Amino acid sequence: MEPRARSFYLLSAFFALFVMFLYGPTLTIGILSFQGEGGGLTFPMRGVSMYWFYDLFEQQAVGDIWGSFRRSILLGLMVMVTTVVVSVMGGLAFRKKFVGSGILFYLIITALVIPSILVSLGVGLLFSQSGLNVHWSTSGFGAQLTWTLPFGLLIMFAVFNRFDKSFEEAARDLGASPWQTIRHVVLPIIAPSLIGVALFGFTLSYDEFARTLLTAGSYNTLPLEIYGMTTNVTSPVLYALGTLTTVFSLLIIGIFLALALLSNRRKARAGSDAGKAV
Amino acid sequence: MKKLLENRNVTGWLMVSPLAAILLVFLVMPIVLIVIVSFWRATEFSIIPALEWDNYAFLFGSPVTYTVFLNTFKYAFITWAFTLVIGFTVAYYLAFHIRSLTWQIALFLLCTIPFWTSNIIRMISWIPFLGRNGIANTTLMSWGVIDEPVEWLLFSDFAVILAFVHLYTLFMVVPIFNTMMRIDKSLIEAARDAGASGAQILWNVIIPLTKPGIMIGTIFVVTLVMGDFITVRFMSGSQSANVGRLISNDIALLQYPSASATAIVLLATVLITIGILLRFVDIRKEL
Repeated sequence: MEPRARSFYLLSAFFALFVMFLYGPTLTIGILSFQGEGGGLTFPMRGVSMYWFYDLFEQQAVGDIWGSFRRSILLGLMVMVTTVVVSVMGGLAFRKKFVGSGILFYLIITALVIPSILVSLGVGLLFSQSGLNVHWSTSGFGAQLTWTLPFGLLIMFAVFNRFDKSFEEAARDLGASPWQTIRHVVLPIIAPSLIGVALFGFTLSYDEFARTLLTAGSYNTLPLEIYGMTTNVTSPVLYALGTLTTVFSLLIIGIFLALALLSNRRKARAGSDAGKAV
Repeated sequence: MKKLLENRNVTGWLMVSPLAAILLVFLVMPIVLIVIVSFWRATEFSIIPALEWDNYAFLFGSPVTYTVFLNTFKYAFITWAFTLVIGFTVAYYLAFHIRSLTWQIALFLLCTIPFWTSNIIRMISWIPFLGRNGIANTTLMSWGVIDEPVEWLLFSDFAVILAFVHLYTLFMVVPIFNTMMRIDKSLIEAARDAGASGAQILWNVIIPLTKPGIMIGTIFVVTLVMGDFITVRFMSGSQSANVGRLISNDIALLQYPSASATAIVLLATVLITIGILLRFVDIRKEL
């Protein structure tokens, strides 16, 4: 190996600064959430305590943090499952280059780039004008899908662009039906990428704010609840909540990454396990 | 029946039908409805179906509109410039200076993990840094750079741009890194053999080959910033405005027709911007 150029060390320093820039503020509120009872929103720390975390678990004067947390998790799971299923079907369909696929592709891009407030406003109007009540599990669910599906589909497009079609041809030559080919050949091969799609589906929904704002109805999701708190809560309890939901997000990300790593390892060790499930 | 199922148009549309249905109900119909409502009339208590250009006339007749649109472009441009420089440098470092694939993936993940956490929390987390008694002010004062706390750190355009760069640099890093990883390393060796310096390789080989990634990142950042309303509101302490805030203020006042008209103009602006950017890149080829 050739020795490192001086630019390497400069760029390493730049990268380190960038990572600090990314994580520094979050770590800071992590530290400040352990602020003592009399402490405020900034340093110095007035002692170290779990006071603000206990405060979270007590009956809140305003809002319903735990209810919104439950709703956010449930909604996240709904969006995750739908995103995975619809993205896989969409990805498979787009390989067929059917008539109208071009328009649909541009619609997906539109969903990705459209200012989120338009989705919020439009879906809200659609429900109110057709006499339906906005609710997080109906209008909120649909509005979030317009954000998660483009990511899921773009991942699927990338996966299928690199997909070796000879596996499918081999399956077909051996007499597999189209469904058997998908179930025992295609799905096992793309499984690790599906973990990625699921991760996007859950986390983007769990943190989604703008599209849910006018479509969640009277029961808030967690990001809406937190946003409401920013206007009337000025104690470190805000940081405690922020720290808890960030830890929860990191936990979810960790689980998904571990799953992806495991399935990659399994694939590397056993080759493709296609057909073993028969 | 069997023959029907062998037709790729039929099977294609069958498989894509859930996606098409979702996009129809939650994307196309809402946009159509916003267009319709933008011609309606609003009273203090309700909105009345009508077909009049009043909302647009009011929008284009008000000097506030132009200031706010200009402000939106300003945010988009400054954020774009910063995210591009930072994003490109980070992606370049990961793609060309990190030698093992495992480390590349690990450091890349390190950059992307914040993307999967809450944006609102990430905005809130700037308070202890930028506040009047925040880390930035106390540090600068202890260094003797300033004598009294600087007021414009939090709740200012500076804070808005900082938050945008913080939130959206990822959207530059990912596509640029993706394109860079597909550059054939032998091209760079060839350039070096032909006597090119590091800077020449960067300028004449890597940057031209990275353009598609830069374009995709640009589209992400520009549309996210132009469509934003929450970052501007939160980080400027309601002192600055962009188009998104104009719309959300109207919504808060239940002025849906005027909100819709502004939204349509915003959508048109964003789509035209993207249309121009898309002339430089074929997205389908880049996936």
